[in-house]
Amino acid sequence: MRINVDLALCQNYGQCVFAAPDVFDLDDAGELVHQASADESARADVEAAAMACPVQAITIEG
Amino acid sequence: MSTPPARRIVVVGGSLGGLRVTEALLAGGWDGEVVVLSDEPHVPYTRPPLSKAALADGPDLATLAFKQRPEAARATWRFGSRAVAADLAARTVTLADGGTLAYDGLVAATGVRARRLPAHIDRTSGAGHVVRTIEDCRALHAELRPGARVVVIGAGFIGCEVAATATGLGCHVTVVAVDESPMLVPLGRAVGDAVRARHERAGVAFRLGVPVASVSGTRGAYSVALSDGTVVDGDVLVQCVGSAPCAEWLEGNGLDLTDGVATDNHLRLGSNAGAVAVGDVARFPNPLFDDVPRRIEHWQTPLETARRAAATLLADLAGAGADPAPFTPLPSFWSDQYDLRLQSFGVPGIADRTEILEGDLDDQAVVGYLRDDRLVGAVLLGLPRRAAAVRKQLLATLSDPAATYAA
Ligand SMILES: Cc1cc2nc3c(=O)[nH]c(=O)nc-3n(C[C@H](O)[C@H](O)[C@H](O)COP(=O)(O)OP(=O)(O)OC[C@H]3O[C@@H](n4cnc5c(N)ncnc54)[C@H](O)[C@@H]3O)c2cc1C
Ligand code: SF4
Repeated sequence: MRINVDLALCQNYGQCVFAAPDVFDLDDAGELVHQASADESARADVEAAAMACPVQAITIEG
Repeated sequence: MSTPPARRIVVVGGSLGGLRVTEALLAGGWDGEVVVLSDEPHVPYTRPPLSKAALADGPDLATLAFKQRPEAARATWRFGSRAVAADLAARTVTLADGGTLAYDGLVAATGVRARRLPAHIDRTSGAGHVVRTIEDCRALHAELRPGARVVVIGAGFIGCEVAATATGLGCHVTVVAVDESPMLVPLGRAVGDAVRARHERAGVAFRLGVPVASVSGTRGAYSVALSDGTVVDGDVLVQCVGSAPCAEWLEGNGLDLTDGVATDNHLRLGSNAGAVAVGDVARFPNPLFDDVPRRIEHWQTPLETARRAAATLLADLAGAGADPAPFTPLPSFWSDQYDLRLQSFGVPGIADRTEILEGDLDDQAVVGYLRDDRLVGAVLLGLPRRAAAVRKQLLATLSDPAATYAA
């Protein structure tokens, strides 16, 4: 499964980090960093992260 | 033999809570009908940007609309459709157009509406803006021109965010409020004063601790008279004086509707099987803190309550037992004002004292909120990278009475 974050929308709220800490993180400047893809076993967490994003910046492919 | 009619769940309110509970019901195996009644004319959208980026740039429904799970399309969405009454015993909902809808299961997802000053104070007969819907945001955005004098009544989260956004657009902003510091009730004096200092550096004027006596005038020429005899004039008026839960339609069912609708920990209305509430309108007890039911007007609450309420409703309708595990979501909230990111976890508003856990209020800080010497909330001013760890620590402390906070 591929994970896309629209960085033009993302406000670095970090809500996705709480939902899927293995996939999303904030760097030292507080900016979002994330993995480009994740294992099938992480799907529930990544879906929860996409739902938790207040600006709907996360899309999942595959 | 005729086939029995399909069983039906009616969801009243089609915003974040209504959408997520619909998805959870259909993903959770409900094979009957789901009818969503929404009194808004269009698809659900996210509200937090309405006082932040969308207010600055002008809102666009296509960008703000929620991405929906495929299941949501199996529901029947009735936009522009308002419920005016419900009969929990007869299992019917009455609509504003006079029609009734029978149901097997009911979800109350009607959230809150923006409050306005009472008519004896507001002599403008409802002029001036509030910020709750995309239409509200669009109308206010159109008036926030550089140089405009903007009077914001109310210094809660939304008032403060509107003040920051308007200042960023070049407006001259005055914030008027009866409280002595911004966000006093949810966050307390120390954090409120620290946030106020940032607003003042950006050019916002405050008139705090003085109630509004009257509001008069029209667009382009408002006068806000304060009870100390002074008057604040402005071109644009914004009322950010809190919210009122939309629960009137549930009257007449013996429910406790003093502030939203009181539910049990399974989110059942009162203890009625087959009827649940989600989101801003639900007042539920959270054993993480105590047994006092509270409404939590935070964005993550509709998501968490939707999952719980859907599970309860599906179990009730199947005649099965509801999940015996207690429902203990950790409230979380953020706010953006200028370059300051505020993040709140737990229920800081119930604390009796605060303690700086890290950093410095003039710069970046983690503030602990304690009740009877136990941590019940934590607020970060800045320090976004610390949020996940602080949240985890707070959760650990709340879940284990013997634990103490260690940063
Ligand atoms: C300007 C603004 C900024 C915010 N910023 C933040 C933030 O930074 N962080 C954060 O955590 N939270 C924030 N929030 C709060 C967050 O948006 C809410 O918690 C969330 O919208 C609650 O969702 P809900 O579905 O419970 O209620 P609502 O979004 O209020 O939805 C209820 C829906 O029900 C409809 N309805 C009401 N009565 C009826 C009826 N009788 N019949 C049919 N339909 C009805 C309403 O029209 C509405 O569409 C903000 C809210 C606003 C307004
Ligand atoms: S939740 Fe959304 S806005 Fe926040 S950091 Fe993640 S992607 Fe960005």
